[in-house]
Formats: sequence, C-alpha cells, structure tokens
Amino acid sequence: MTEARIAAPVIGSAAGATSAQRREVFTPLDARRQTPLGTLRRRLRWPLGIYTTPVAVLIVWQVLSDAGVLGATYAPSPTSIARSAVQLWQQGVLGPDLAISLRRAGIGLAIGLTVGIVAGVLGGLLRSGEYVFNGLVQIMNTIPILAVLPLMIVWFGIGETTKVLLVSFGAGVPMYLNLFAAIRGVDQGLIEMARTTGAGRWRLVTRVLVPGALPGFLVGLRFSLAYSILGLVAAETVNADSGIGYLITQGQTYLQTDQVFVGLAVYSILGLLADQFVRVLERVLLRWRPSYEAL
Amino acid sequence: MSLTLTTPLHQQAGVVVEKVVRRFGERVVLDQLDLTIADEELVVLLGPSGCGKSTLLRLLAGLDRPDGGLIEVPVKRAIVFQAHRLLPWQRVLPNVTLGLHGSDAEPRARGALAEVGLSGREKAWPKELSGGEAQRVALARALVSDPELVLLDEPFAALDAVTRLRMHELVRALRSKHHAAMLLVTHDVDEAIALADRIDVMSDGRIGRSHVVELSPADREASVAREQLRAALLADLGLGTGTHHFTREFTHQTESTENP
Repeated sequence: MTEARIAAPVIGSAAGATSAQRREVFTPLDARRQTPLGTLRRRLRWPLGIYTTPVAVLIVWQVLSDAGVLGATYAPSPTSIARSAVQLWQQGVLGPDLAISLRRAGIGLAIGLTVGIVAGVLGGLLRSGEYVFNGLVQIMNTIPILAVLPLMIVWFGIGETTKVLLVSFGAGVPMYLNLFAAIRGVDQGLIEMARTTGAGRWRLVTRVLVPGALPGFLVGLRFSLAYSILGLVAAETVNADSGIGYLITQGQTYLQTDQVFVGLAVYSILGLLADQFVRVLERVLLRWRPSYEAL
Repeated sequence: MSLTLTTPLHQQAGVVVEKVVRRFGERVVLDQLDLTIADEELVVLLGPSGCGKSTLLRLLAGLDRPDGGLIEVPVKRAIVFQAHRLLPWQRVLPNVTLGLHGSDAEPRARGALAEVGLSGREKAWPKELSGGEAQRVALARALVSDPELVLLDEPFAALDAVTRLRMHELVRALRSKHHAAMLLVTHDVDEAIALADRIDVMSDGRIGRSHVVELSPADREASVAREQLRAALLADLGLGTGTHHFTREFTHQTESTENP
C-alpha cells in the first residue's frame, strides 16, 4: 500500500499559532462528587439555599432600623415585627384571624382547583370540552380579580361567599389554562406509539396523557396557589371583619405599622409554604425527568 | 372513502397493498403503489429520503389512511419507530407492558426483554439507557405482543455503526423465534443487504425494482454476489456506475420488473 499524505487545511495561520496552544484539561470535579463530604461542602457554601436573598434583606433591614435610618412608623425592624406578632398571638388576635384566613383559602382552593382540574381535563382530552370551556376561561383570564370584587359584593354581599369565590376564581383560571395546554402539549409521537401497541383509551389517558401533563399541571398549581392568596388579600382587605386582611386594615387605620407588617409577613410565609409544597411534589412526581442541574 | 375492514379479503397472511394513492396537497407521494409481503418474509423498502417509504409504512400501521386503493394487514401488528418513543415517566418494564393485558403481561415482558439482551434492566428509567438499549426496549415492546407483522421505520438509523451491526444480528436471531412478516424501511443499502429476503427499491411513488436476496449469512457480509447486488441497488437509487445490465444477472432477481 502506498502512503498517501493529505496536507491538513490551515485555517487562520496567523492566529492559529496562539489559539492552537490554548488547551482545556478536564478532571473530576471534587465538589460534584456524590460523597457525604462533597454534599456537606456544597451545603456550607450556600447554607440557606433559596432563602439566601430573603435572609440577607432581613439582615440589612434590621441593621438600617437599628441605625435609625428607617423610622419605626415607616418600616419597623424585623425583630419588632416579630415581637408584635408574638404580642398579637398572645392577645388572641392573630391566631383566630389566621385560622379564618386559612379556612377561606382552603375552601376557595378546594373549589377552584376542583373546577379548574375537571374543566382542564375535559377541555384537554375532548374537542367538545375545549369548545365548552376554552372561550369562557380565556375571557375570565383577562378580567383582574380586583375588578370582579365589586360585582361579587353586589351579588353575594360582604359575607364569606364573596371571599371564598374570589379565592377559587384566582385558583381555578390558571389551573385550567395550564392543564389544558399541558394535555394538548403531550408529545404526539408518544400518543401515536401508544395507539400502535394496542393500548386502549384508558391506558392512553392514564399512562401517557396524565403523566405527560404532570409538569404543566404543577406549573398550574404554583400559579393557582399564588393567585388564590392574591384573591384572599383582595377580599379581606376591602371588606372584612376578621382575617389577616382585617388585621392589616386595622393596623393601617390606627397607624400601627407593626401590625400591617405582621399581616404582610403572614401572607408571604403562606406563599413561601405553597411554593415549597409544589417543590416537594415536583421532586416526588417528576423523578423520571432528566433535569438541568444548575452550576 | 376509507373504511376499516377486519374480514380477510384475500385468504392470505402478510400484507397486501393494491394501487394505493396518498397525496399531500398537490404532491402525490404514493402513486398506484402495489406491494405484497408473504408470511414470515422480511422485505426491505429502500429509497432516498422523501420518496414516500415512511408514508407507506404509516399507512400499513394504520396511523394514516390512503386516498385511494386498498391495504390489507394483520390486526396483530407492531411498529418500531426511528426514535425509541419510550415513555420517559415509566420504567423499562411498564414501557414494554403498555399494550398488554392480563396477569401474564409481566412475565411476557421480562421474556421479551431477555430476548433483546436486557435482563436485569427492567427497573431502569429510559433516561438511564443508551441509544442502543432504548431501541432494544422499543423492539421488545413491539415483539412482546407476538405480532404477525412488524413494521420497522429506520429503527437503527440513529445508532452508531457497531451498535447497528449488533442490532442486525439481534433482528436475525429474533426472526428465527418470531414468525412474523417484517417490513423494514431504510436508506442504508448495507442494512438492506444484511437483513432482507427481498429488497424493494422505491421511486416515483411506486416500487421500482425488486431484488430477491438468497445469499447465505456469510455471503451477505462479503462476497462477489454481495458487491454486485450492492452496485445494482446503488444504480437503482440513481448512484450507479453504469454497470446495471451486468449486475442484474447476478442478483438472483426473479421479479425485477417495473410496475406498470
């Protein structure tokens, strides 16, 4: 056999001399290794995880308050907010108000999620379901909760019904929209495959469409929980004689900024808990998903 | 226009395709195409990209309906796609049992996985499988229902050369156990020669030329006849070297007639 030499093409000969010498070397990353030590080290590097920024804000806030930069009537320090929360609890105000708010949120969520999920599944699976629900929900989606409030008061008065319905309105609409999109967005190739294996309608729904729509469902749940709290705030702030929103309006009326902040803190903790709940669900339900592990 | 008949029109197993037309808009993809596949025959449909071979396969699978003509296929049929199409949210075993019913579904699926050499991987998630392993699971999923017709849509095209050769061995081994008619769609001439009982070359929306391959397994890998068959197939695909009339004598052709 004769030897054939082919000259390698020279690309950018002038710059090539330097760029050819730049090399990259890859070795195992110690921090990435799944040893207990590595995990611990990563924990220590970011001990607070996603709470890093909220905690940092609180610390800066506390320092500024102690230094007298922030006046107590404008923004009382976090420690004094905590102190008034304890006081309010001991006075027997915060506990019952929180219970009432949680009950409203719970009932409203139950109604809103049930309606949103049932309508979303019907709309996603059936053409007729799409025609029945989609237009209506799209219209409802463009109406802000705050704009519905006056109408609700006219219709249902300022009682519990209005508040619960506002919460369910906030929860139901995003759940429907996300669930509908999630079911319609399931990989067509997988649906086709399931049909060719002889899996029936029931298996197609339970093994392909429902699990395939789960990621979208969880996005919907996240929005639902957030909007339901928004609805709760709207309902309780405008007209209420009990609940966290009432606590806030009272604080505003009597210029007790502490009390206003306690109410806001409770709302934000509710939001945080809701988010954590969905995170746990995601970790359990979406184990199959190859996800991006951030740097 | 298109209706599903489960009563046998021809008292014959395998596949019967008569004067099938399929058009997308103005473009006629399948033009009065005829094709028969005998029981237990492996036919390779060879053709360049976009010649309509996948369209024909989808028609045979029942995923699409013809605009004209008639297609008769066994009810028990399975398809292996180019992508593995495993459900990412199910482990390997439930992926194989997807279309199965009854209490023996799991043992049968385990058996099918053993046949494709994946015993012990039942609990793996699809994301943990290599490309070849995933495609083997797809093959097991197709074979587990004991189909009378297996449709393979370029199932090995995305695999590397070595894995592809292993898959060819696997298909040959499986054919001796499963007595099914098979249709393999590919654009790979070597794959066609390695596996086919008959190679049909598609052109202009029809089966152009047919080559019956009666080579021994060793001859399929390296022989003069193999090279001649290869040259003939390349010529049919329009890549010929002008030796068409010469090679035709050696390709054991019995029905290399142009369709009317």
